[in-house]
Amino acid sequence: MAIRAVGPGESPDVVMAESLPPAVALVPMSYWRTVAWRLTRDRATLVAGGVLLLIVLSAVLAPWLAPYDPSAGSIRLRLASVGAAGHPLGTDEQGRDMLSRLLWGGRMTLIAGLTPVLVAFVVGAALGVLAGYVGGLTNTLVMRTMDIFYAFPAVLLAIAISGALGPGLPNTLISLSIVFIPRVVRVAESATVQVKGLEYIAAARASGSGVIPIVRHHLLANVLGPILVFASTQVSLSIILAAGLSFLGLGVTPPAAEWGLMLSALRQSIYVNAIVPALPGLAIFVTSMAFNLLSDGLRDAMEIRA
Amino acid sequence: MLQRTYAWVRAVDDVSFDVYSNETLGIVGESGCGKSTLARLVLRLIEPDAGTLRFAGEDVRAARPPRMKRLRRDMQLVFQDPYASLNPRLTIEDAVAFSLLVHGRPRAEARERARALLGRVGLDPRLYGRRYAHELSGGQRQRVNIARALVLDPKLLVLDEPVSALDKSVQAQVLNLLSELKLERALTYVFISHDLNVIEYVSSRVLVMYLGEVVETGSAEALSRSPKHPYTQALFASAPTMDPDRRMDRPPLSGDPPNPIDPPSGCRFRTRCAFAMPQCAQAPPALRAMGPDHAVACYLYEDAPATTTAAGR
Repeated sequence: MAIRAVGPGESPDVVMAESLPPAVALVPMSYWRTVAWRLTRDRATLVAGGVLLLIVLSAVLAPWLAPYDPSAGSIRLRLASVGAAGHPLGTDEQGRDMLSRLLWGGRMTLIAGLTPVLVAFVVGAALGVLAGYVGGLTNTLVMRTMDIFYAFPAVLLAIAISGALGPGLPNTLISLSIVFIPRVVRVAESATVQVKGLEYIAAARASGSGVIPIVRHHLLANVLGPILVFASTQVSLSIILAAGLSFLGLGVTPPAAEWGLMLSALRQSIYVNAIVPALPGLAIFVTSMAFNLLSDGLRDAMEIRA
Repeated sequence: MLQRTYAWVRAVDDVSFDVYSNETLGIVGESGCGKSTLARLVLRLIEPDAGTLRFAGEDVRAARPPRMKRLRRDMQLVFQDPYASLNPRLTIEDAVAFSLLVHGRPRAEARERARALLGRVGLDPRLYGRRYAHELSGGQRQRVNIARALVLDPKLLVLDEPVSALDKSVQAQVLNLLSELKLERALTYVFISHDLNVIEYVSSRVLVMYLGEVVETGSAEALSRSPKHPYTQALFASAPTMDPDRRMDRPPLSGDPPNPIDPPSGCRFRTRCAFAMPQCAQAPPALRAMGPDHAVACYLYEDAPATTTAAGR
């Protein structure tokens, strides 16, 4: 190609573009496709995601997968060891099949762990964006209210609210949601304040745009990602807290199967059979670990190269 | 509730100027003197505590929201930071088209016009339209910014340090693009920069700011031929030159500008001025006409009859 000087108003790129047929023009990947592509290259995240998928599937399909009724016990067959005939994972202190109970318990634990984070994500993002974008008195009001909740340790706050509301799954969901909302609000607010000060928001205002299009197209698109990543880090904590509440008798009520509750009931039998009581604990550990690894990978994949 | 205002910064204080249509008014001053604040005030992105803002005779500050939305089409801003000024989640095509959508244009038309304008500023829409800002260089981003500002067909374009973040060769390309666009579209520019060379190159008239105040105004020619204010003189003396005979031995101006929260009494420049007199501490000097289109705020010229300092001296 002949060398020619670049005239005023044209960049060297233009010269190149003229020699390109339109079909060659590359269409770069969209943001979410880039994120997905990056996730597929991250082995640890893929494994964690696979494990989680299995756990979620087994919980969803528990009614079909479980070989026994999770609440039907047998006096003769109490605390059978792992590998006992007909009971691959043994039986609990009332002779109920551990495999069936773990499958059904996963349902409860996942519901109790995921729902509060989901609620906190929606409510927290809304409050945080509102406080961050409006600012002033609204911000002070929202954020200082959140600070009151934030002042208590998570476990203590969950126990206090659950204790006041009484046991049962709905109350667990309410108390855990209250635990997680202030955390999400904080992250959402700081992300909003940061993005709000950027010049592309000022440019949108200068073009005469109202508040709603700015929030929709410029603010949320750049704020929801970090909030989502933060919320995903809280899922494992939420699962542990939900199990913890059941363990203390403040969560799901017997005879329902739930990992924390199972752990609590089997605790006394640990000298009779050490392995069976460890199973619900192992299930909680693996699930929360997988959620942690997945959210780590998600955070890495969603980092924008600005 | 738990907030207290500790101090007010008078970022821009008692600045008054006119911009004539089809001219380029350059505003020059060192970092932190209030240039960017002034740009945002002109576009009413921040509300001034006092003062008036007129656009084609209309009081902009009195405009109600619907009228303001219409007025915003006539005045647009190009930002300084090519990185913070583009939404990382929008393709540059969508970033440019957004303003048109805000003003109720159909999506297809908005996209078409955005692509056409991207082509005009030197970014082939087939190649760049669907790209994201982080895939572009600083110069390309600034071209996108210019396209975004122009897509509403404004009459006035405020350019806040549009080339400061770019390297010299790209600066020249963008400056040339801006001057072509100005001719093509009969634009009026308010060009803000700390770079006197750039200001001299593009401006017909120049406003020199120091710590939120205007110290000198005049035609670019008059100012470069005979800068009056000691600060303007120092600015010209500190501009790098290609001429070895004009090499600098020591900086013409030392130190940092004073704290804008607590500016010096009287003339704000007196703490760094080589000609400071007792009088300077007492009251700020008023702008005084030095010629047909040249005014300076300095006591050094208080006694000089305006006529003798007219252009050509």
